Amino acid sequence: MAPQTKQLHSEYVRGLKREKRLVRLTQLAILILFFAAWEYLAAQRILDPLLFSSPTRVWNLLMLRVSDGSIFVHSSVTLFETILGFILGTVAGTGMAAMLWWSRFLSRVMDPYLVVLNSMPKVALGPILIVGLGPGFTSIIAMGALISVIITTIVVYNAFREVDENYVKVIRSFGASKQRSFFSVVLPASFPTIISTLKVNVGLAWVGVIVGEFLVSKQGLGYLIIYGFQVFNFTLVMMSLLVIAVLATLMYQLVELLERKLMKHRA
Amino acid sequence: MLLLTALLEFRDVEKTYFTKTSMTEAISGLNFTVSRGEFVSLIGPSGCGKTTLLSMVSGLLRPTAGKVLLDGSLVERPTPATGYMLQQDYLFPWLTIRKNILIGLHTTGAYTREKEQHALNLLKEIGIGDHIDEYPSQLSGGMRQRAALVRMLATEPKLLLLDEPFSALDYQTKLKLEDLVSKTIRMHRKTAVLVTHDIGEAIAMSDRIVMLSPRPASVHRIFRVPDELKGLLPFEARNHPAFSGLFQEIWKELESFGTSNEAASQ
Repeated sequence: MAPQTKQLHSEYVRGLKREKRLVRLTQLAILILFFAAWEYLAAQRILDPLLFSSPTRVWNLLMLRVSDGSIFVHSSVTLFETILGFILGTVAGTGMAAMLWWSRFLSRVMDPYLVVLNSMPKVALGPILIVGLGPGFTSIIAMGALISVIITTIVVYNAFREVDENYVKVIRSFGASKQRSFFSVVLPASFPTIISTLKVNVGLAWVGVIVGEFLVSKQGLGYLIIYGFQVFNFTLVMMSLLVIAVLATLMYQLVELLERKLMKHRA
Repeated sequence: MLLLTALLEFRDVEKTYFTKTSMTEAISGLNFTVSRGEFVSLIGPSGCGKTTLLSMVSGLLRPTAGKVLLDGSLVERPTPATGYMLQQDYLFPWLTIRKNILIGLHTTGAYTREKEQHALNLLKEIGIGDHIDEYPSQLSGGMRQRAALVRMLATEPKLLLLDEPFSALDYQTKLKLEDLVSKTIRMHRKTAVLVTHDIGEAIAMSDRIVMLSPRPASVHRIFRVPDELKGLLPFEARNHPAFSGLFQEIWKELESFGTSNEAASQ
């Protein structure tokens, strides 16, 4: 019986591997098909190449921009703004959540304001930010942060409140102060929620920064998009979009890596 | 040993909970003492305020009236003098067993190398010395509850408060842990107050059993566990001929509170 079972197991493992390979292959096929169809349709003039460009044009432009180095300038500006906006939004949101957790009075007072601010489309505040902070990267970072800070506050505050009170009881029974209980128990117990808001905030920060760059129009991938749109250079628009897709995915993957590292021991 | 001096004393303790629409009197006119080195169990109908009582001893709750005295001084806030063990282990899942059992020492600021060593020795003594660098999720329920016991003992409290610490375990693990906890507590000459639903557990582990009345709770009756049972381990005590007599007595007394409590009991 034993060798037979062993064989069944190895068949099972092979089945799993086969399925995984099939998934990867299909994913790759979709990608290739997409670009091939795009190229073909543009070459046949079924898609207007003036509006939709084509993969070869985008690629050539990208190579040009890589060789003159300008793509790195724009990418790094946008990346810098996004990362800073993302970190600021998350840290400020978590800090505000901690304040609300600390004071029940404050949290009751703030409740309606948070509801209003959360419902508000934050990008609509763009012009005000530019007037207040000047048409530079400060406004753009502020936009990246603002877009995620309220939702982070609300979600993380709820996580703080939902920490099992028995954990707090354990630490309090040792005579821990409120501050100590917060840092030893409430905050680490909420890490899973904070990490999952990080994942949402990565996406939000990109939205805020790109819209900010649309408005400020000086530098960055958002600027390239709006510029390409205005001079009818859609090859530039498409190239910027592709670069954004790659960078945003990489950032998201990094957060997932962090999540896996931090969550390793939680059941 | 100063066996006869009281370590813990309740003096006319009252506790009332307030909500917007009602006042609930949980405890009223409660008086009793626990001597140094004694093991006392609290039993009573469900919802009679046993956990409230422990919370007041630990300083997590203040009585509405009356006094809770620990070693002669008023309990006003949580202190390292009392250790608390809950129904479940509540080990912090993000810390290793080592860090979990040292958290009390770090919190009270009493951490020293010697105390860490003492805690690690306790861990070995209790049979989970091989798991110090593992995370709680890697341990079984019984092992986790043992780690929780060590976490409580690491700060060397004078008084141990056990709030149904075995109720979440399967029966076999529970019997084994009763023996282990009982042995450990006796060896370290600790005073303990155990809250339990389980009459057998109360008899097997304690020197005295305090039965509380239904809400508002006060002392209904105190049972002395016969000397021939006291010296035994809980498992042996459960098999002793004197065990079932006391069990019946306590059972009848609990039944006398009437069927009104039955709906609330599990």
